[in-house]
Amino acid sequence: MLTFLARRFISSIPVVIAVLALCFLLVRIAPGSPFAAERALDARTKAVLETKYGLSGSLPEQLLRYGSRVLRGDLGDSLKFRGRTVAEIIGQSLPRSLLIGSISFTLALALGIPLGAYAAAQHRGKGDSFFNSLALLTLSTPTFVLAPVSVLVFAFGLKLLPPAGWGTPSQLILPAFCLAIPFIGAAARLTRAGLLDTLNSDFVRAARAKGVSEASLVYRHALRPAILPLVAYAGPLAANILTGSLVIEEVFAIPGIGQFFVNGVINRDVFLVSGVVLVYCFLLLLFNLMADWLTALLDPRIRLSS
Amino acid sequence: MRLSRPAWLILGLLGVLVLAAIFGPVMSPYGVGEVSGNRLAPPDGQHWFGTDLHGRDLLTRLMYGARISLLVGLVGASISLLIGVAYGLVAGYLGGWADILMMRVVDVLYALPRIVLVIVLISLFDLKLKTLLDETFLAPFATHARLLLLFVGLGLVEWLTLARIVRAQVLTIKERPFVLSSRLIGQTTPVILFRQILPQILPIVTTYLTLALPAVILEESFLSFLGLGVQAPLASWGTLLADGASMLNPVATPWWLIVFPAVVLVGCLLLLNLLGDQLRRLDGHAER
Repeated sequence: MLTFLARRFISSIPVVIAVLALCFLLVRIAPGSPFAAERALDARTKAVLETKYGLSGSLPEQLLRYGSRVLRGDLGDSLKFRGRTVAEIIGQSLPRSLLIGSISFTLALALGIPLGAYAAAQHRGKGDSFFNSLALLTLSTPTFVLAPVSVLVFAFGLKLLPPAGWGTPSQLILPAFCLAIPFIGAAARLTRAGLLDTLNSDFVRAARAKGVSEASLVYRHALRPAILPLVAYAGPLAANILTGSLVIEEVFAIPGIGQFFVNGVINRDVFLVSGVVLVYCFLLLLFNLMADWLTALLDPRIRLSS
Repeated sequence: MRLSRPAWLILGLLGVLVLAAIFGPVMSPYGVGEVSGNRLAPPDGQHWFGTDLHGRDLLTRLMYGARISLLVGLVGASISLLIGVAYGLVAGYLGGWADILMMRVVDVLYALPRIVLVIVLISLFDLKLKTLLDETFLAPFATHARLLLLFVGLGLVEWLTLARIVRAQVLTIKERPFVLSSRLIGQTTPVILFRQILPQILPIVTTYLTLALPAVILEESFLSFLGLGVQAPLASWGTLLADGASMLNPVATPWWLIVFPAVVLVGCLLLLNLLGDQLRRLDGHAER
């Protein structure tokens, strides 16, 4: 098992390197300079600044310089937020995004799986088609629609929750729910499809023939194998929730990593953008490995063959 | 192809939306950018959906935005379809090292945040395309160079999923006896790819199209919401929603500026998703 995970990890490293290099190059070749703020800089000042930050010379040279620095564990300085290193910015903002993301992720699974299981048990009944439309509705409601509407209703209309900001637990509720709702629908649909597949399989028929009750059949026997597609989906989902939080952070004024990322892209803040992308890649990799591990844990066949 | 009654209903509603996008702005008594002193008027008989900060009629702007949002969806989805199918076909059929390499490229692009790709693409080629168009008979479109690039850019980032699906399909199909027989009778690789294998994967491709359409519309509104997509004076559903969201305040929020764009966008996405659901049911591999 460990060797399998290690092999997966090592084979992903070239992809991470390629993503990082591509991202660095893309931001560098985009027109507009990170140093030109309000007015254009004269050529000499620009050259001095570029040398100072290691952005002088040809693109491959710059990339090599950046790469060797990253290998030494130095993500560089932010070009826009002067005097702050990228590592500092990520260190401050990432925990906030991770907190909201993990609450949403838990919500998505904790509500999505039982809902999907219930719908599968109700298959072809009234509840099923209602559930299906509801799941499609949540999937069709992007976070950037949900966020302003929920602020309008719950913060300003009903005055139940604070509209924005960061610091108290009540300020977490709206953003976390807005982020989670589309994923609740997705998780429920995957659970339902997986369950219906397993409910048609032989071992379930055998269990039913032995007189196992329908509820215990769904929740105790079929759920474990049925959840496999969801596990495979949950890996990228966990990382996705972080990019989904981009809009959430904007609307709710949360100083998370997404806000710095968008600003970085607009300002051509190459080290900040690349640094965030690197973190994102590693999170994606980590969650995918966890999904692999969970899959093996849930499915004995995979465990044996590895 | 026999459609169920709900499918006809969905198609009908979508048709209304398309008609409103085409004819609505022409029939409206107000211009898209027409400002008036009647600012932030709530919905009434004169302005059915109310007016915005500059006194512009929201309904007219929404119908105009529908043109851009729907067009982005169609063009972007078609581009992603062409690239995804071609890429997946070639990778799956060639196999071996070519396949590994091509799929690694897809992995890399998958992990790269899309907004980086789209923004760089737009800002890199914006001016170039503008000057290029100015010299040809397409000069009237030159001012919309950015929009054209947005269309293409979204298509260029959306094809990855389809490439993976098509490749997986081709991997199984190319082992089937009929492919071997066509090779035996001396058909060339392009003929086998496009005449033998492509028809086999078409059902999956049409299903994917109904998924890609809302996905591209969503992506465009997302970028526009962040201020990175469609730019003023043009408006799409995303920019209209962003305008409304920027007016959020505890004292007197003009709710119509948020609610109507939200309802239109969610309604359109929901209809497209429902249509996709119905089509998959028709395919038979989804009555689950």
